[in-house]
Amino acid sequence: MALKNRYDFVLLFDVKDGNPNGDPDAGNLPRVDAETGRGLVTDVSLKRKVRNFIGLVKGEQPPYEIYIKEKAVLNNQNKRAYIGINKAELLEGDDKKRKGGNAVEEARLWMCRNFYDVRTFGAVMSTGINCGQVRGPVQMTFARSVDPVVPQEHAITRMAVATEAEAEKQSGDNRTMGRKFTVPYGLYIAHGFVSSFLAKQTGFDESDLELLWQALIQMFDHDRSAARGEMATRGLYVFKHDNELGNAPAFSLFERIQPKRKDGVVVPRSVEDYQVSVIEDELPSGVTLEKKV
Amino acid sequence: MKTYCLEVSSDLACFTRPEMKVERVSYDVMTPSSARAVFESILWKPAIRWHIEKIEVLRPIHWITVRRNEVGAVISMRNTQEVMNKNAGCLGLNIEDERQQRAGLFLRDVTYRIHAHFELLPDAGENNTAAKFLDMFERRAGKGQCVNQPYLGCREFACDFRLVDTETTHPAWETLSAAEKTDLGFESKRDLGWMLYDMDFSNVTNPQPKFFRAKLENGVLHVPSWNSEEVRG
Repeated sequence: MALKNRYDFVLLFDVKDGNPNGDPDAGNLPRVDAETGRGLVTDVSLKRKVRNFIGLVKGEQPPYEIYIKEKAVLNNQNKRAYIGINKAELLEGDDKKRKGGNAVEEARLWMCRNFYDVRTFGAVMSTGINCGQVRGPVQMTFARSVDPVVPQEHAITRMAVATEAEAEKQSGDNRTMGRKFTVPYGLYIAHGFVSSFLAKQTGFDESDLELLWQALIQMFDHDRSAARGEMATRGLYVFKHDNELGNAPAFSLFERIQPKRKDGVVVPRSVEDYQVSVIEDELPSGVTLEKKV
Repeated sequence: MKTYCLEVSSDLACFTRPEMKVERVSYDVMTPSSARAVFESILWKPAIRWHIEKIEVLRPIHWITVRRNEVGAVISMRNTQEVMNKNAGCLGLNIEDERQQRAGLFLRDVTYRIHAHFELLPDAGENNTAAKFLDMFERRAGKGQCVNQPYLGCREFACDFRLVDTETTHPAWETLSAAEKTDLGFESKRDLGWMLYDMDFSNVTNPQPKFFRAKLENGVLHVPSWNSEEVRG
């Protein structure tokens, strides 16, 4: 079913003794806004996790294939059948001007139908006029930590060496040193938006939206690695507007979700050290708040 | 036509210079084309065209650099069609194979006031009156309604927007330091060089960029009209 509402959401997630998003410019240190000391996680990092989660739970089958893959979730090197194109169905409900559309249009719609990430986040295709971009309905921003984070560097040892030459050099000692970076603790906030108008253009529907919420809630549970430490979604607050255009400015709604350190906590080290105040009183008419987590 | 003013703000922004778009470098201030896109995300119909009049820069110009892993490839139309026709095959892209690490020099903590009016195009039709669109825009912008969340240059830099009175003053400017004021062109004009004005879509298959000489004067970027001599292709 096509979307009939605008949604704005706030995603709260935390990291404990891990590196939520390495900065390639700083030798993979956790990203930090140098001037405020607050940690950053890029939009693309979060979208990567959504893609990986969908790829994992839907097994890379249409209509939930993932176009932009990471090798870790790749399992479709073998050929397999695709759904045939039912042209009549494709043209139904679409913009009238596009009726009887050319091959470009058909390809664009076909991509949207088969690939979850194309119809969710959009994609650039080398088709049609003006780059033939597909603009996705879901828009996400950089995540920022509530308080400044202090990245830590840890030297670690490996009781083995990679090459014979190295072993000889160490005369059998066989050790190498490495380093890893962590944030002891950080609670991060990201904002997101879902446009029903763009959803109609890509065929992103209610069930896709439910899947997106599920992905945002569970994506960190399936992204465990030595580098990440413990990451988890701590809050997903969805503002649903009963009007397609919306009933209130998104940023006035976001201000209602305020995580603050509890009194007396100087150094936050767990989610318990934070109090998330959610102002639910006097929501603008036509806006409902759904607490998914 | 009535002029409207939107105050937009965001943590980050990137108005990419076309000459430095591989490793993105932002212009110092917002371009008219991205200001237009903000208005269009609130209201646009084929019957109207938005014209930006001026952009007020309310915060000092600060920078941040961010390097990200990006994908260098574009979805291939030919491959897609082949797979569609054969009903078999393999699409999808491994990011490890097509990876590009690109740095971006973005603006941070930005606030602008953008002033604009719209023009009713000659082929608007009888049902499309200016009054109707004025009403629609006021209603939408006043309530924070939009078709998609407006953004400053790139979609990840979503912005807050407020409809404000065009005549209100800007307390933000009074708190600036002397150096910051010089930076924003107080006392003497600051030349920002040639800046992208907008794309000319009169030839839809091959849109052409148009440029103008941008100057910050007392914190304000005055935007010449689209058909003036100051705008060059």
